[in-house]
Amino acid sequence: MLVIENLHARIGDEDILKGLSLTVKPGEVHAIMGPNGSGKSTLGHVLSGRPGYEVTAGTITYNGEDVLALETEERARQGIFLAFQYPVEIPGVSNMEFLKASVDILREHRGEEALDAVTFMKRAREACTLANLDHSFLKRGVNEGFSGGEKKRNELLQMMLLEPSLAILDETDSGLDIDALQVVAEGVNNMRNDTRSFVLVTHYQRLLNFIKPDYVHVLADGRIVRSGDASLALHLEEHGYAWLDDEVA
Amino acid sequence: MPNNLMQQPLAAASAAAPNWLAAAHAEARERWQAASLPTRKTEQWKYTDVSAIDREFVPGRAVSVDAAALDARVPDCGGARLVFVNGHYDPALSSSDPAAGLHVARFADADESQATLIQAHLGSVVGMDRHLFATLNSAALSDGVFLQVDAGATVHAPVQVIWLTTAQTEAFAVNQRLLVLAGDNSAASVVETFVSFEGEAASFTNGVSEFVLQRGATLNHYRLQLETGSALHIGGVHAHLDRDATFNSFHLGMGSDLKRIDIVIEHAGEGAHAEVNGLYLPRGREHIDYHTCMEHAVPRCTSSETFRGVIADAASAVFNGRIHIHPQAQKTSAILHNRNLLTSAEAQINTKPELEIYADDVQCAHGATVAQLDELSVHYLRSRGISRDEAQVLLSFGFVNELVNAVRSEALREFLRHLLAARFSRDGAALTQEADA
Ligand SMILES: Nc1ncnc2c1ncn2[C@@H]1O[C@H](COP(=O)(O)OP(=O)(O)OP(=O)(O)O)[C@@H](O)[C@H]1O
Ligand SMILES: [Mg+2]
Repeated sequence: MLVIENLHARIGDEDILKGLSLTVKPGEVHAIMGPNGSGKSTLGHVLSGRPGYEVTAGTITYNGEDVLALETEERARQGIFLAFQYPVEIPGVSNMEFLKASVDILREHRGEEALDAVTFMKRAREACTLANLDHSFLKRGVNEGFSGGEKKRNELLQMMLLEPSLAILDETDSGLDIDALQVVAEGVNNMRNDTRSFVLVTHYQRLLNFIKPDYVHVLADGRIVRSGDASLALHLEEHGYAWLDDEVA
Repeated sequence: MPNNLMQQPLAAASAAAPNWLAAAHAEARERWQAASLPTRKTEQWKYTDVSAIDREFVPGRAVSVDAAALDARVPDCGGARLVFVNGHYDPALSSSDPAAGLHVARFADADESQATLIQAHLGSVVGMDRHLFATLNSAALSDGVFLQVDAGATVHAPVQVIWLTTAQTEAFAVNQRLLVLAGDNSAASVVETFVSFEGEAASFTNGVSEFVLQRGATLNHYRLQLETGSALHIGGVHAHLDRDATFNSFHLGMGSDLKRIDIVIEHAGEGAHAEVNGLYLPRGREHIDYHTCMEHAVPRCTSSETFRGVIADAASAVFNGRIHIHPQAQKTSAILHNRNLLTSAEAQINTKPELEIYADDVQCAHGATVAQLDELSVHYLRSRGISRDEAQVLLSFGFVNELVNAVRSEALREFLRHLLAARFSRDGAALTQEADA
């Protein structure tokens, strides 16, 4: 279970998150919507321990552990996965090597047996097929020269192989064609179970037609200003965020 | 004379050398007597301190070596193999491969016609006046390898020449020499590997390799500098390319306190092409210096050169890439790229392109970059559970991979992948193979 309480975070001397609280229980799917620049990606970055982000107040625990005390890689080993809004290109490092290194370490941490190369290749190819990426993407440099949509599907591919217990998808649906959107939705739906949780950051209600969320939150100016069920997303789609200003003020 | 450093090796060489080398000896010794060791004030040696060799050396001694221990450290490409241990030819470790059109001889047992060919070409490629250590090499010459490829012959298996240095109680010197004569329209490959077994005493290998490529000849050359610790190396690769000849030369430098390699390619016939790629990977307190020089003396030649370095810990490296396009060398195309990755705050690189272009109708592209590890890339990898150290390994490997993948010989490519995987301490090699399946 993820528990975020009164989280304040800044970049340089700019306060971005200003008292954000959120609880995600095992098996739940939460959607976070909100205007550009409201702090949605910042939340993901803080959860992943990205350099440059300073937490000035508040707490984050995951399954009772103090997340903020953990190194980035330790958070991943605890089962937290962030699909980046802007995945990073790493020329020269093949996707395959990268995925193998990652899967190896996560399996080791979970006390699972190491996968031999053949089994791993088989799984990687299957995940590729599910993410609708040609197998040749395994040989290419990590995200190197991938199109916007291909980068998003490569994040999906990683999520499927790494099998996290909590996945935060930061606009994984943005810039995708209709078919690719279905692919992402199916990827998430196939992985949904009683213990695995998802946080979907999205601008589009459309995604939520395919992945039915348990909760929808509105993040504005660094805080969750509204929470509801799936119908909140429909309301936002129709009315935008302006009506919230009056209520927040 | 620079100092007494080579007195004993020079005396020993005189005694051991075949008679027909006497004239070359005398001339080189005269030059050497008049010379002095370079200092940091010598332009070509500004960033490389040679004080480690400013001491007395004894000649290398022949010792017996465990074949399996050597095999574990060098590539296996099939083909003929000549092994020298502390400068002495070791027939037990060597093997021959009677390929048609290929003639392999040592200076020490060259027959009369070979001796004539060697005399005709030895020292014709390397400019003694500009390369002090080549002068020393000629002065100390007693044995070396002569490879001759007949005109029109294609030799598939690479010839391997291995120079091993191994424990001796006193610091010792090794004089390495190679002469390759590639006949018109011939094709062949040569792998030079320098390797050492850890010993207490320092060794100093002074090497010169000369390549004469006649019309239309193609030669693939690989030079792996794998010596470790106090096995020091100063070496030169000098190639002379006649019309339409192609020289592909790959270099790897890793592992010891001091390495300095000069690579000089002379385009002497129209249509000649040189491709020179290299990697240098010093760590700890190691120092590696590559000085390259492309001499474009005639029109319509091409050269392409890519060197990449990963400099770790408190290591340092030098890359100096000179392109000299003479006034008559119109329609030359010369490309030079050098990229460096510093993986620690103490790591140092001095990189300098040196362009001298006296012709106007030429294409010349060059660039040198120095970068640190990209923090965002490191973060991305860590966010997938990979440790910081492992991320550094992956990123360093990624940085050099492209050049390894471009290596023409499959056997060598595999060897390099495993070597670099071990150097960067991981098992990526098997995986890349899998991905190809
Ligand atoms: N390095 C930085 N220095 C100062 N401000 C920054 C920096 N990086 C981000 N910000 C600001 O932080 C705010 C929150 O950014 P964030 O990326 O979290 O927004 P978001 O909600 O994800 O927006 P979007 O919907 O456009 O992705 C923005 O106003 C942004 O300009
Ligand atoms: Mg964002």
